[in-house]
Parts: sequence; C-alpha cells; structure tokens
Amino acid sequence: MTTTATQETTKTKGKLALYWAASCGGCEIAVLAINEKILDVAAAFDIVFWPVAVDAKVRDVEKMPDKSIDVCLFNGGIRTSEQEYMAQLLRKKSKVLVAFGSCAHEGCIPGLANLSSREEVFEAAYAQGDSTENPDGVRPQHETPMPEGPLYLPVFYDTLKTLDQTVPVDYYLPGCPPEAENIWAAITAILEGKLPPAGSVIGPNTTVCDECPRKRTEKKIKKFLRTYQVKPDEKTCLLELGLVCCGIATRAGCGALCPKVNSPCIGCHGPNDGVHDYGARLMSALASVIDSQDPEEIDQIIREGIPDPVGTFYRFSLAGSQLRRRKKQVAGNGVKRG
Amino acid sequence: MAEKLGIYVCHCGSNIAGMVDVEEVARWAGKQIADVAVARDYKFMCSSLGQQMIEEDIRKLGLTRVVVAACSPHLHEKTFRRACANAKLNPYLCQLTNIREHCSWVSTDREAATAKAKALVYAAAERVKWQQPLEPMPVKVNPRTLVVGGGIAGLQATLELADAGYEVYLVERSPSIGGHMAQFDKTFPTLDCSACILTPKMSEVGQHERVRMLTYSELEEVSGSVGHFRVKIRKKARYVDENLCTGCGICVEKCPRKVIDHEFEAGLGYRKAIYTPFPQAVPRIPVIDTQACIYFERGKCRACEKVCPTNAIAFDQKDETIEIDVGNIILATGWKMFDCRRLPQYGYGRLPNVYTNLEFERLCNAAGPTGGKIVLRDRKTEPRSVAIIHCVGSRDVKTNEYCSAVCCMAALKFGHLVLEKTKAKVYSFYIDMRTNQKGYEEFYQRLLEEGMIFVRGKVAEVTDAARLPSEHGQLIVQVEDTLLGKQRRIPVDMVILMGAMEPQADAKELGLKCGISCSMAGWYTERHPKLDPVATMTDGVFVAGVCQGPKDIPASVAQGAAAAARVQALITKGTVMIEPVVASINEEACSGCRICNNLCPFNAIEYDEDKGVSRVITAMCKGCGTCVAACPAGVISGAHFSNQQILAEIQGALWDANPNGNGLGGDGHASSAGDTQPSLVAG
Repeated sequence: MTTTATQETTKTKGKLALYWAASCGGCEIAVLAINEKILDVAAAFDIVFWPVAVDAKVRDVEKMPDKSIDVCLFNGGIRTSEQEYMAQLLRKKSKVLVAFGSCAHEGCIPGLANLSSREEVFEAAYAQGDSTENPDGVRPQHETPMPEGPLYLPVFYDTLKTLDQTVPVDYYLPGCPPEAENIWAAITAILEGKLPPAGSVIGPNTTVCDECPRKRTEKKIKKFLRTYQVKPDEKTCLLELGLVCCGIATRAGCGALCPKVNSPCIGCHGPNDGVHDYGARLMSALASVIDSQDPEEIDQIIREGIPDPVGTFYRFSLAGSQLRRRKKQVAGNGVKRG
Repeated sequence: MAEKLGIYVCHCGSNIAGMVDVEEVARWAGKQIADVAVARDYKFMCSSLGQQMIEEDIRKLGLTRVVVAACSPHLHEKTFRRACANAKLNPYLCQLTNIREHCSWVSTDREAATAKAKALVYAAAERVKWQQPLEPMPVKVNPRTLVVGGGIAGLQATLELADAGYEVYLVERSPSIGGHMAQFDKTFPTLDCSACILTPKMSEVGQHERVRMLTYSELEEVSGSVGHFRVKIRKKARYVDENLCTGCGICVEKCPRKVIDHEFEAGLGYRKAIYTPFPQAVPRIPVIDTQACIYFERGKCRACEKVCPTNAIAFDQKDETIEIDVGNIILATGWKMFDCRRLPQYGYGRLPNVYTNLEFERLCNAAGPTGGKIVLRDRKTEPRSVAIIHCVGSRDVKTNEYCSAVCCMAALKFGHLVLEKTKAKVYSFYIDMRTNQKGYEEFYQRLLEEGMIFVRGKVAEVTDAARLPSEHGQLIVQVEDTLLGKQRRIPVDMVILMGAMEPQADAKELGLKCGISCSMAGWYTERHPKLDPVATMTDGVFVAGVCQGPKDIPASVAQGAAAAARVQALITKGTVMIEPVVASINEEACSGCRICNNLCPFNAIEYDEDKGVSRVITAMCKGCGTCVAACPAGVISGAHFSNQQILAEIQGALWDANPNGNGLGGDGHASSAGDTQPSLVAG
C-alpha cells in the first residue's frame, strides 16, 4: 500500500503557487537564486499561480477546488484589502501555506509604517517627498466616479498585518530575503514530506552567533557605535566593538553572512523559538551588558549610540511584535475573550 | 489530562472581606474559570481549620492544583505549601495570589477591588496549570561565618559564635576593630566609661583562637548562597608586615609627619603618617597613610623602617585578595555621621565654636585631644554656656525623615558632662524628648534636677551677628520657644549639633553584593520588621546593629547576639533546603553569545570554551531570573517562572480584555481580529 502511494505522489506532479503582497519583490528574485534547481522545482511541481512569472488570473484561482494547491509560498505583509483577499483565497485553496520571507513572517520594513497612521503615510508619499509635486493634494481613493461607472482601488489599511495575523499559516521561512540554500532545503523537505511540525519556522533553533566565526568574550559595552565609526578587525565580536549586532538574538541559518563581511547582523531572520518579542529580547540583552551603574550615563550611552530604537530593535519585526503598532486605544471592558 | 483546581479565597477577617466581595469572587471563580473543581471562601485560610479544608479537598476531590487568594507570599506561602505537602500534593503546585496588600488594602472602591481580585485569581489559576512539581535541594551548611563590621554589634555576634565553638572571619574596614563606640567617652544612661566596657570585648576577639580578624579589609564580592557562600575580601596594604610587627609603637613615635586625624579624633586631634587609630586598638599593628607619608610623597624618609626592631615595615606591600568559604554572613556595618555642613544655618565649619556630637565625644574623652577638658577651639577657654541642638539632619524632610533614636539621650549625657566638668549653663533645644528605654526617662529627670535648661523648639539659626551689645563675641541661638510661644535669642559660648546617624555611603552597594536591599532611607531591610528583625530576604545573610536602622548600644548588642543565634541554628541543623527555583540553559540552542556570562549576580554561570555554550551552576543559582530575561535567544528558562507560566498569568489577568480594543480595532481590516490573532501563548 505504502509503496503504491509513494509512487503515485511521485508520478502526479504537485501544485505550487507563489504570491507577492506588501513587500519589495526581493523574495521573488530569491526564488530564482536557487539557479538551475528551479528546473527541479518545475519538474516536481506545476506552477499554477505566480503573477510575476506566469500568466494566471485571480479568477482561475477562485475556480480551483479548495486545498487543491499543495504548497503556496506567500511573501509580503497585508496592507490592502486586495492583499487580504488574496491571503484568504490562497489559504482556502492551499494545503500548505508558507509565510515566505520576513514581510510575511514579521512585517519587515513595510511594517515600520505601523509607527504612523494611514493619513501620515499618505502625507509622506503624496505630499512631503522631495520629488513629489501634487498641488491638488490628490490622495488614493477607494472609489472614483467615472462616466462609465465607478472605479475601485483596494482599501489601504491603517495597520500592516503579518500573514499569520490575517490567516492561519503552516510554516515560516525567515530572511530578507530567504537564502537560496534555505529555500531549496525547504522545498526539498516539502518534496520529501520531511516537514517539521506545523507552525514551525523552518531553520535551526539557535542564533547567528553560532555560525559566526568571530571570537566572543564576556560583554561589557561602554559605547554603541555606528558602522562608519569603527573599522572592525576580522576576529573580534562586532558587539564587543560597540556595533549593535543583532546576531545574539537572531535565528541562525544565514551562515552569519553579514558579520563575516564586517557588517553587523540587522536581524532579518527574526527570533528563536519561544521568543515572543524579538525587539524586547534584544533590548533587554543589550541593556544588561551596558557597562555602567549610573542611570544618567546609561541613558546617555543609549541616546547617543542608538538614535532610532524602534528601527534598530524592530527593524523587521514591528508588525509581528506584541506592540504591533503605535498605540490607538486601550483595552479591558469586562467581557471574556472568545 | 485536564487539571483539577481548588480555589480558596480568604476573608482575612475584614482585612480583605471589608473591601472585596470574597464570596462573589469564589462563586464567580467556580463558574468562570476552566477546570475548577472547587472554589470556596473562608474567614481565615491560614488557620488550622482553613488548612485542613484544603488538605481534605485535595484528598477527597483529587485536586491537582491549588490557588489561595489571601495575603503576601512572604507571610503565608510556606503555610499553604506545607498544607499541600501534608496532603501529598507537591508544594510547588500551589499558588498564593495576594489580594490583600495588592488589592484590598490599596483600594477604596469595593466594586473595582472585587474586579481586581477576580483578575488576580484568574491569573493565578491560569499560571498554576503550567506549574511543575519541584523538589527542594539539600545543601550542607559550612560552619564558618563571616561578620562584616567590627563595631559593637559585629563584635557581639563574633564572640557569641566563637564562644559557641564556631570559626568566625571578622572583616573590618578601618585599621582597628571597635567602631564608633571606641570614640565615645561615657555611655548613657549609666555613664559607664565606653572604653572600659568595650576594650575587653575587643581584646577577647583579638585573641580568640576561633576568630580570624581581617582589619583594614573590605568585602569585594559574594557568590553562592546560604550554607556555601564564597567571599572575596580585599586586604588593603598596611605597609607593615602583620606577622613581624610586635606593636611596640616606636615607628609611630619616630615618624616625623603629623597630620590632622579626621577619622578617630573627628578632626580635633593629630596622628602620625604611620598610626594606630587609638592606644587600645586591636590589632595594635599600625598602618601607613600613603596620603600623608613623606616616603610615598617624595621617595625619601623611611624613618619608621630604620627604627623598627623587627623589620616589619614593608613599603612594597600590595593589596591582597583573599577568598574564603563561609556558610552565613552577618552584616554589622554601622553608620556614618551626618555632615553638619549641609545645614549652613547652624554655622558648622564656619563658626569655630559650633561642634558636632562626635567632636564633643572626643572633647569629653579623657584620652581625647584635650585630655577630657571641655574647652573652646582656642583650647583654653572654658565655655560659660553651651547650647545643644537636637535633630540636626533627623526628623526633617529636607535631610532625613527618620529619628536617629540616640541623640536625645546623648544630648542629656552631654548636658550632664558639661554640668559635671564646668560651671557652664546648658541649654537643650529639642523638638520632642524621646527617652523610651529602660532607665532613660529617669536620666531625663535627673538632668532636669541637675539644672539643664530645656527649650522646646527647632532652632532657626546659629549666628555670630550680634544685635545687642551683650551678644558680642558670642554665638546667638535664634529659636521659637513653642512652649512660651515666642521668638528667643540665646547667646552662648559653644554649640553642639546632634548630627544624625546616616547609612554608610556604600551600604547599598554592599547590600547588592550580598543580595539584600535597603529602605528608602538606606538602612538594610530586614525580613520582617517585627517578627524577623535580623534575617533578610536572602537566606544566610543577617543584619545587626545600626546598619538596619538607628539604635543605641544595648539594641545593637541584642541584635548582634540575635543574628549569631540565628546563624547557630543553621549550623547546628547542618543542612538547609534550597529553593529549586533555578535557571537552566538549553545547551543545544545556546549559541554562546556570552551575554549572560557577567550578568549573574551570584556568579552561577560558566562558559564552556570547548562546546561554546554557557551553563548554569545549579547549586549557586538563586533563581533571580536576570539571565532568563537577558538571553537574547530565549534559551534560558527559569523553573517556576517559565515563559508559559508568566504569559498564562498575564493572559489570566487580562481575562476581560476586549480583543477589539487592543489598538488594532477600527483600522478597516475585514477579517475578524479575534479569530486570527495569535494567542499570547502561541507555540
């Protein structure tokens, strides 16, 4: 029985979908970085939906039976009603939904706009930019009346959500973008049915330090420095040199790419298993190794060395963090949560 | 398998029930919280009947978890854990939530207090479901004890322990033991000579076979916990070899450099660059003051070296670090004098004949700089009138709010000494007279009879600016006499300021090293202000004497003895059970980033160079959670404080939080936030 089943699965090609929501598009390119192995992917899967590369329409997907797509690699966060609809549609149609890359996983750079309201985002994009000329103050409208009938644009939401804040997600592939080897490893795992338990982040459960060849000693930091202020040698831990290297808190799997070329880790792989809030973790870790007992001096070290705390500690994870966004209103009203 | 919870809500008489509807909380918990098998309220849960109720429910209903909503865990956590253990339920499966100090006592609104009590009970119930059975670990108690501070409290503790047959290390920062008491002339109210009753104890300690005295030494570092502390002590360089010195004193005699002694003589006398603080010093081994010594200044002199008959002078001596292992620590670090310059209106430091109480002690002392003669700064004139001002730096929100406890009696003692030794009139300017120990009120009566003049009022100013010809050349005390209800100007020759007792400047730092905290004022915090006055929140660390709060000699001695008795109890028992609440590192996930390495206040984390991982030494871990919070990879977990337990507790406390009211509502997302929000405790 088992043999027949296996043979059958290898005979029938799987169905693969890829989608691009609120992200830069780097994840789409990253898929191609697996080079000639893309042919293996094509051999194993029918690519049923991949707007950037394959011509297919949303209505084609709508017509597919539920759970008919074997794997959907979904990159990007959810900022508009269209992206939200596509997330729900692909969830419904897919057996395995993978949050592919940092945006889908944790919100990434687009998620930093959660520090602003929709109006502020529009203000920045359609009014304040140096290259912006918009004397009439035009803003994107959901509905625009035209002689032929109204035209619609997707609704731009106030808050960017991660994929799993929108629909249930089976796996996460971290990285901005995910590294080719990891993509290939994940695809192989899917092909061979060797997937970790649902809900897992695909990758090792340890941090970048584990893969970093630099020598680490006990940490004592007197001053945080910006990258232009220090010329690192090849051996010393970048954090010990005063650079805010996020490797201590960031999931391994990249092979310590950045620290190896003298650039501090900026944390694109997100946290380890069991860490609920990446930024808070990183902050408490760094705060605890500041080498001073004087509250004022500590304050100064942080103020001068880390001018943009949210951008430093939540660069990739603000939308997925426990805070998610700038405060809007308070909770607590005497009703049990459902 | 679902847990079976028992929830017990205590009335604490009316302490809780007066503000919280405890019956409603119990009724509600039984209905609202999942897995609750029984929820009861009771007048006094901590009574034996209350405990029996819990024990019976565990036996009959097969409870697997217990939540008691009552008072602070400091008071009764042990009680309820024991009750659970009696009924064969692991004591760490019992959670005490504080609805008294944290709720009823701090609330004024019954409805809000009841709602808060519910949230606290819900939080405890959610948490307790994740708690794990734990077993305390037995640790052998090292019978050696460290006493820090060689004042009267420390000496008493040292002698009690040494006489009982146990070895004691006595660490003293200054070159001699004796403390402040060695500076005093007489002691109130009996007027015994201070030195006469102190020096026998000092020499007894100095010669005791079971006491190792480390004078001129300071505590650097403490690691470990009750039963097995490891302590690093820095023995400062004396520049005199302790093994060779016989204490003959010829070096002191021949030393050509004389400097003002700001320490023992409070600035009134002189000492040599090589000195023992006072003639009866123990040990009698002198110290070279490198700030004063000509050799250290110019590289020449070495007079002491030339005259020393045993070649004990060692200019090349260095500070030395000694490591010792002890089972218990007694802190008896005493106090420092309030700096009377902080109150410029009293003129100290500006008007020569304004003295501090410590200066006056030296002035009266027969072994002091004037041979016990009470004279003005010119060292000749006997004062014809003396004003003693109470509460200088005490009972004043601008300096210290507390009462220094001993100044009233010391002022009376000074009054007596002035009246005895001179013909001067003595005024006491007091706010309230506090003479509330054995024999103290009688002493006050005696001074009233001896003719000391008491003026009730806080002195506004001491000045030499005369307004009347009769005031010329005198110090004028400007005061509102609150009994007469009028302002008075009283000219005197000498003013004594009864400066406050203040915590040592480094008390907080030393407390941190030993894992104990200070009150707002800076005195060490005892485990319980009434019922456990010499123990602290850190097992195996005890406090005695003024470092715990201002007190007189009898009270300091009593505390020294009490601390020694507590230590003896532990030594006699031989082993202590230590809390199994410790941290552990998941070595597979640890990347060896070494963030945690130097954070541990107990030095319980070591780094394994070969494997590239950090590791917790369980016997030394106190479960403080510092490393757990700091680990950037989240791979350190604290037993009894796991993320799961804490997040479940938070989720319980927020049981009524509105999922649409969390700051995400109203942003136009069509999907229901409630369905898709990852739970706080998501994998």
